[in-house]
Amino acid sequence: MSRIDVRKTYKLYIGGQFPRSESGRSYVVNDAKGRLIANAAQASRKDARDAVVAARAAFGGWSGKTAYNRAQVVYRIAEVLEGRREQLEAELRAAEGISAAKARTYVDAAIDRLVWYAGWADKITQVVGNANPVAGPFFNLSTPEPSGVIAVVAPRGALLGLVSVVAPLIVTGNTVVVIASQDNPLTAITLGEVMATSDLPGGVVNVLTGSQAEIAPWLASHMDVNGLDLTGVEDAEVARELEVAAADNLKRVRRPAPDTDWLLEPGLDRMTRFMETKTVWHPIGV
Amino acid sequence: MTPTSSSTASTASSAGVFDDIVRSESSLRRFLHGLPGVDQVGCEARAAGLATRSIKTTSKAFAIDLAIRMVDLTTLEGQDTHGKVRALASKAMRPDPADPSCPATAAVCVYPDMVATAKQTLGESGVNVAAVATAFPSGRAAMDIKLADTRDAVEAGADEIDMVIDRGAFLSGRYLDVYEEIVQVKEACGDAHLKVIFETGELQTYDNVRRASWLAMMAGGHFIKTSTGKVQPAATLPVTLIMLEAVRDFRDQTGQMVGVKPAGGIKTTKDAIKYLVMVNEIAGPDWLDPDWFRFGASTLLNDLLMQRTKMTTGRYSGPDYFTLD
Repeated sequence: MSRIDVRKTYKLYIGGQFPRSESGRSYVVNDAKGRLIANAAQASRKDARDAVVAARAAFGGWSGKTAYNRAQVVYRIAEVLEGRREQLEAELRAAEGISAAKARTYVDAAIDRLVWYAGWADKITQVVGNANPVAGPFFNLSTPEPSGVIAVVAPRGALLGLVSVVAPLIVTGNTVVVIASQDNPLTAITLGEVMATSDLPGGVVNVLTGSQAEIAPWLASHMDVNGLDLTGVEDAEVARELEVAAADNLKRVRRPAPDTDWLLEPGLDRMTRFMETKTVWHPIGV
Repeated sequence: MTPTSSSTASTASSAGVFDDIVRSESSLRRFLHGLPGVDQVGCEARAAGLATRSIKTTSKAFAIDLAIRMVDLTTLEGQDTHGKVRALASKAMRPDPADPSCPATAAVCVYPDMVATAKQTLGESGVNVAAVATAFPSGRAAMDIKLADTRDAVEAGADEIDMVIDRGAFLSGRYLDVYEEIVQVKEACGDAHLKVIFETGELQTYDNVRRASWLAMMAGGHFIKTSTGKVQPAATLPVTLIMLEAVRDFRDQTGQMVGVKPAGGIKTTKDAIKYLVMVNEIAGPDWLDPDWFRFGASTLLNDLLMQRTKMTTGRYSGPDYFTLD
């Protein structure tokens, strides 16, 4: 007797849970050859709102952890990802139509990227913070602090692209609402499953799948979002509108970079862009 | 929002209607236990069904403003200070300082020793001061202390008194004691409105909620209130449904209206709108007024304000833009 397929339902990842879209909608996701792979949840603005609430709730606890502890958690994501590499390679090959060797390269790079960023968690303050010389009997110390809740429009690179935009935000203590690539959303949800099983507190990363054009404006204008990363926005006019919407509460904005080669070493900019510098004056010798 | 002479008069007249019932312990018990039993499953299903209504656009805007006007903005903590009560009173008068069209809340609800402070800040703004009295929240004190507690709050300027019933007496079947207590506290209230708190989380059954509702209404309470907020579960939809049925039936029999106040655990606009739908469907539109329906809440107000801002500006707001309570 032949066994019945166990088909997977891809849902959203919000607040550590995997809910369906509150709108009840879904959309068809095809592989590189145009054949159906699965249906993905099509998130609505209310899912985005719920995700921001979850991210805000998680921010205090996550940013309050020691940098060393955040490093351990992000390293743990890499460990768990390593254990599920076959699944991810298969998903990448189906979704993007790439060779086995290439898929392995991307998964390797994604894992290495997580390890690389994990290492930065307790070093970034030493590198971009400073003891400033001042003309008075004071210590004057500048330290970078996380901005808060960051909304991200993820680039096309289904796994490596997503890891490369999310990891630098969470190692520095931000919490994230990410709209996955519209065409390749399934790997993002699998990555959500990896995060859900790797000591990352619920709500630190929230993944929405669906129409970027529908959801992004609500996140861009949301008064409780502190930063907007437009890396995956491909239309210049859309990016401009999102930037205008983000101006109301002075969100930090990262401009689109759709053609980035994610295999290159990323540099520090993705971490420092969404940090605020806090400077403290402290009297000497009192 | 102030006590009307007509309602006080009708209370006095309805007292006569129930004279036979409250004549003795046994006649009162016979009446209360003769009330129809509550179908638990049916009641919960009805409440859940009403909670699925979708309220949008102009109806939602109306509901949000109405809910703000119905809030009894509450702080009942051991750590309350005069400064906190002043801040709360200011917030009650102007919940959203950025928007002058935002209505004031119905009242602030505080402990008796904070009444004078609240009254001083609120002045003639029209926002009432409600005080919890009678050894709130447990109600475990001697009768003369409860009455002194009440008079103290009224003398300090409270417009409304929230009393707790003696749940121990109620649960052991001494209904007449509970009745007498409410009558005496009401006397001590003078002109102040009396809300009677049942603490439904301790009453065990829906039948008891219905009995307590009738008992409090017969004794002359102006409002019946679910909970102190100190016991879980606090206000729930099914319990409020039973109380709304009780006030509806009471008006049918006596012509006198009694208000309902769910308190505790109502935190979101969505919750508040569910209650308003139920008020409209069960008791009727006459109760959709701050004189006859209140929310005992503190965190609810900020969520209402955020939703209100979302409706006027078209973008989601956040907790950073409103005061911490």
